[in-house]
Amino acid sequence: MYFDAIAKIVSERTGCDVADVKPESTFSELGIDSLDTVELLMNLEDEIGIEIELDQKVETIDDLNKFIQSKQG
Amino acid sequence: MLKDKVAIVTGASRGIGEAIARKFASLGADVAIVYAGSQDKAEAVANACAESYGVKAKAYKCDVADFEATKELVSQVKDDFGTVHILVNNAGITKDGLIAMMKEDSFDDVINTNLKGAFNMIRHLTGIFMRNREGCIINISSVAGIMGNAGQANYSASKAGLIGLTKSVAKELAARGVRCNAIAPGFIATDMTESQADSPLLKMIPLGRMGETEDIAEAAAYLATAKYVTGETLRVDGGIAM
Repeated sequence: MYFDAIAKIVSERTGCDVADVKPESTFSELGIDSLDTVELLMNLEDEIGIEIELDQKVETIDDLNKFIQSKQG
Repeated sequence: MLKDKVAIVTGASRGIGEAIARKFASLGADVAIVYAGSQDKAEAVANACAESYGVKAKAYKCDVADFEATKELVSQVKDDFGTVHILVNNAGITKDGLIAMMKEDSFDDVINTNLKGAFNMIRHLTGIFMRNREGCIINISSVAGIMGNAGQANYSASKAGLIGLTKSVAKELAARGVRCNAIAPGFIATDMTESQADSPLLKMIPLGRMGETEDIAEAAAYLATAKYVTGETLRVDGGIAM
């Protein structure tokens, strides 16, 4: 589960409350565009010490969480 | 001017790439010399950069058309130099022929090296540039990509493609502090243009002579430091493509 790590980075980035970041939240409603998502992933790589290559579009926090899990699995 | 910067220059064992690598080194940049052909020449360029200017320089063999190989290359350069600030996509080949007789391989090979090679390098370096919030990409296009050139449908298509690539990358990454520009050289005296020494086009150059590799190197040095310039295609062609 990378949800907590993602939520933390999203809140740091956007200034929103970490509790407002839900699995179903879309990146666009959080004010994060697709290039931001790429950057976010870079921050995540640093945070959780894994290397992930984002090669598909992710719409929601949960999408990203599942994507990272699939890459780790 | 480029002190503490790290530059990767592809196709840097000779011609325009070599001139750019030497120029960047003379301005203080550490340089990764990428070559496909002659190891001796590439190492000679690297040694000359290191000895003449006291910068770090190393030669790397890589076929830029190979996606996985370029990934390896970027990772190796990052390990050796710590990071990368400037990418010059200069590696290029020609396989001239009239369109009516052009072999499929001739088209594919030229596109794969000249255009896809640039994509490959940019693709693997974008992450580093974005993390650094700084990056400068210079794609070596050609006036053939602007005007077209009989007998060079493949080459012209690849070079025109580089201009579109340049503008799109410039738009995508501008907000991340990454600039992307192209240079469109005209007829520059190199091994590549040797076969064109009697081309009637040479008589049409307003400035009346072929260019030198140094002319392109100076343009590259300008773009490497021109902080407010992005998405531009700079013609360095003696005026031929006006």
